[in-house]
Amino acid sequence: MQMSGAQMVCEAIIAEGVKTVFGYPGGAIMHVYDEIYKQNGFEHILTRHEQAAVHAADGYARATGEVGVAMVTSGPGFTNAVTGLATAYMDSIPMVVISGQVPLSLIGTDGFQEIDAVGISRPCTKHNFLVRNLEELPRIIKEAFYLARSGRPGPVLVDVPKDITVDIGEFVYPTEVNIPTYKPTYKGNKRQIEKAAEAIKKSKKPLLYVGGGAVLSDAYILVRELAEKTQIPVVETLMARGVMGAGNPLLLGMLGMHGNYSSNMAMSETDLVISLGARFDDRVTGKLSEFAKYADVIHVDIDPANIAKLVDVDYPIVGDVKQVLEDLIPLLEDVNTDRYQAWREILKRYDELHPQSFVDSDTEIKPQWVIERIGELVGEQAIITSDVGQHQMWAAQHYPFDRPRQWINSGGLGTMGFGFPAAIGAKVAVPEKTVINITGDGSILMNMQELVTAAEYKTPVINIILNNQFLGMVRQWQSFFYEKRFSETDLTFQPNFKMLAEACGGIGYDVTTKEEFDAALKDAIEKDQVCFMNVAISRFENVLPMVPAGGALFNMMLPQKSEDDKGEK
Amino acid sequence: MSIDNERRVISVIVMNESSVLARVTSLFAARGYNISSLTVAPIPNSEMSHITIETQGSSRVMEQITKQLHKLIPVYKVIEHEEMVEKEMVLVKFPIAENLSDISALCSAYNGGIVNVGTEMVIAMVADEPSRVKHFIEATERYNPIEVVRGGVVAIER
Repeated sequence: MQMSGAQMVCEAIIAEGVKTVFGYPGGAIMHVYDEIYKQNGFEHILTRHEQAAVHAADGYARATGEVGVAMVTSGPGFTNAVTGLATAYMDSIPMVVISGQVPLSLIGTDGFQEIDAVGISRPCTKHNFLVRNLEELPRIIKEAFYLARSGRPGPVLVDVPKDITVDIGEFVYPTEVNIPTYKPTYKGNKRQIEKAAEAIKKSKKPLLYVGGGAVLSDAYILVRELAEKTQIPVVETLMARGVMGAGNPLLLGMLGMHGNYSSNMAMSETDLVISLGARFDDRVTGKLSEFAKYADVIHVDIDPANIAKLVDVDYPIVGDVKQVLEDLIPLLEDVNTDRYQAWREILKRYDELHPQSFVDSDTEIKPQWVIERIGELVGEQAIITSDVGQHQMWAAQHYPFDRPRQWINSGGLGTMGFGFPAAIGAKVAVPEKTVINITGDGSILMNMQELVTAAEYKTPVINIILNNQFLGMVRQWQSFFYEKRFSETDLTFQPNFKMLAEACGGIGYDVTTKEEFDAALKDAIEKDQVCFMNVAISRFENVLPMVPAGGALFNMMLPQKSEDDKGEK
Repeated sequence: MSIDNERRVISVIVMNESSVLARVTSLFAARGYNISSLTVAPIPNSEMSHITIETQGSSRVMEQITKQLHKLIPVYKVIEHEEMVEKEMVLVKFPIAENLSDISALCSAYNGGIVNVGTEMVIAMVADEPSRVKHFIEATERYNPIEVVRGGVVAIER
């Protein structure tokens, strides 16, 4: 069938089963937007910033596991999208971004709104394409979706020059992809899996170390099965919160820089690390030479480059976590679960010694209380997104995550401004869930314009601003490591968040007491509109435990040390 | 530590598509790996090109380089050479006033010869193993070379 390149872009998106595209039009992509106007195969959501469009597509992808799609124009449209691409790249999120480009004849001339999108995005995409003629456009889009969702997922950019969107040609959308150089390994090596099973049976203090890969491969049921069957304790990375489900007695909690005591001690004392889709990020390992120094390491990862990148691995298994577990679990039928009883007892005592806790207050709102209260009030009914900073860590530590894809945050890149647009994407994807963005007064200002988007499209995201009038995490480091020189972190000068929300078509709440918080959250859920809930929290509360950057995991600053900070008030 | 920072030569077989070389080189730049020499040319009767990269690194760094190169979508194969034949070409420009028979003899000893003679200068070419090319360049010092252009290493598995 004869059609324009612009029509082909739309037809390909429809053929991929995409229901929602997030984007922002501009000169170079106008022909495509003209076709979007004419079609009804998918919905388009106009964000108020290109970065937000990409984050929204990202949130959509994280909430569903499907490929998120965003569309932007050339030049500044594309450069605004780069942070979104990098965020998705660091967390391996399946995404296709289609960007307009100046006409082929103008490429390389520094034309108006020209930028080397392929060059700029090379380090922050799984792959990228510049379409050079109309004939290859359908194949490239097909490959882009395939690459985004297969193997280790990631964002793929398709840069489409304007003249190609005008050209007319025959549209045949490929049914198959043939990239001879791309062959991801899903199935783990049988021999290696057998060796890993033997190692598990021989170990005395094994530890399951679960990462974001377990979420991406939808392996959580098998992770839980493995843990239940073997009674091996589990630690989760920031990206894996929800895989085991809060309340599971085998779950020790999150490990790493802000991990809890028993998790970090477990990693320090284990004799066998069973890593499932985790990548040994420096925020997890702390000082590498002290990380799991008594342990052999089983490392399951779909990306061979992740294996043995930072720590020596004794049992490397390249493959999809889910498929590897399907092969591994039957080999562990005869594990004697009593074998690890002593180990579990030790960890239980560690947990009793230093539980994940905080000192509550009657006179001010503690951020940890807010998180736990949200959990009590909406619990498993909610999808929780976050921005980046103290609030993110408190949420990761204290929210009772019940399932994977319930917790959406920027782990690898740590992108402030991610939470709100990602929440919009998640709400569009899963409208029946309550979507709550836990954010800070610093973070929310980075993409607050999306209030307008959320109001227009009736995506009732509840933004809970844990407002300590600081760039809290930087302030915390300044407290601990810079002798309380709070250089440029004081955010006492603030907008009126309540009025800001109202000005943009939403609802605002000012919360200064626990009673007000409960009432506001209840009201926000009932009214079902986008809102800012500005919660005045204790100004100098710190995220603890904390392992100072580069320190050994077992050298934690524990909650009682936060008392030192009381003088700051 | 010398063994940990050895000179290595790797071949990367890639699809002939636009910006593939940039993908390979920017990977080295982005991850802080060094490239000592780089050659690239199409493989006859195929849609592939052969890139030869001379680099240094510990075995852990080399493993990462190899794995990261593999991850690039247009990369078909990465060969970290152990048994290989490697050659490098070099062109050297000498003043015409130098002893041409000595230069010619020197070039012959290194598998080369004088390839161009002008009114002001002569140009010699040598193609040999990279270490011998280095020795050749050192030996030419006494003949006051005006310009030296090395071609980069090409390698093939034995």
